Amino acid sequence: MTGRKKSSNNSSEAAGNGKVITITSGKGGVGKTTATANLGAALAAEGYKVCCIDGDIGLRNLDVVLGLENRIVYDVVDVIEGRCKLRQAMIRDKRLPELYLIPAAQTRDKSAISPSDMVRLADELRGEVDYIVIDSPAGIERGFRNAIAPADEIVIITNPEVSAVRDADRIIGLIEAEQKGPAKLVINRLNAKMVQRGDMLAPEDVLELLAIELIGLVPEDEHVIVSSNSGSPIVLNEKSRAGQAFRNIAKRLAGQTVPFMDMAADDGLLNRLGKFMGRGG
Amino acid sequence: MNFLGRNRKSANSAKERLKLVLIHDRTDLPPGMMEDLRDELIEVISRHINVDRDRVRIQVNQDGREQQLVAEIPLKAATRSRSR
Repeated sequence: MTGRKKSSNNSSEAAGNGKVITITSGKGGVGKTTATANLGAALAAEGYKVCCIDGDIGLRNLDVVLGLENRIVYDVVDVIEGRCKLRQAMIRDKRLPELYLIPAAQTRDKSAISPSDMVRLADELRGEVDYIVIDSPAGIERGFRNAIAPADEIVIITNPEVSAVRDADRIIGLIEAEQKGPAKLVINRLNAKMVQRGDMLAPEDVLELLAIELIGLVPEDEHVIVSSNSGSPIVLNEKSRAGQAFRNIAKRLAGQTVPFMDMAADDGLLNRLGKFMGRGG
Repeated sequence: MNFLGRNRKSANSAKERLKLVLIHDRTDLPPGMMEDLRDELIEVISRHINVDRDRVRIQVNQDGREQQLVAEIPLKAATRSRSR
């Protein structure tokens, strides 16, 4: 996937090798934008050239999570409507040499773009980058349809909660109906202690209900909010367990086999301290 | 897959409730319609065989991402001669 071809525009057959990964969920607030930012950053840290697209027209957010909000000149609607060249709308992240963002338009709505516009945009980008990571808006309407239209691979983010799992199931059904599947699942915000207490759906419960392939388990982690406060992707934080989980998912997306993290190790320091002190006397 | 050892409490009811909700979402079959379906099935089958109405059970089971309508229809023993 690292070997790239120059774009020759037009049809997808003629386009470059870049792969389109769409991040979606149905329900809002489960961590789509966080996942997009971090998978994009992790793939870039692995040495791939990556462009993230914020598909949430009117509710732009990927820019602030990535810390690129002050550098926006053009947005995705400007590209599609021909007011700027593709390259002009690609904001380069200075921390990661090969990470770019095409921000959403903030003063327009989802109807400013059609699924075929997104396919055309993605095809042009395939010639420029290795991975195109699209952040889908919540819901099942136009914005969602736009986001999945060019997808080669769809990653569904869910939380171990009834509402998020139900919406994920609905999305899986829609993706199957569009023949865009099989989608892969990320279970985000897993709280190991609650699972152990029997007060949170376990990953295997969610998998049994949704019956799709798991590609990642991300523990609940305060670092996620801290890193979004400062606009720095959490995958750049070596100490964060969520960061580690997203780095693992990025590697799996790139075709590597990475074992799942031990979620029970979540109690981390306290647990280790306890054991240490217990042993000491 | 078992990622964490655990015993179950509210997570159990979450799972059981979700199972039912997902079946109805996927089949677009509201829970109330199952009752109608049950009654109509009994009516049709009763025209041919003697059905034990009170013990008829109809449910939708999940098999991966596929749904199956499973009907359990106990029959009553035939009473004496069937006139021809």
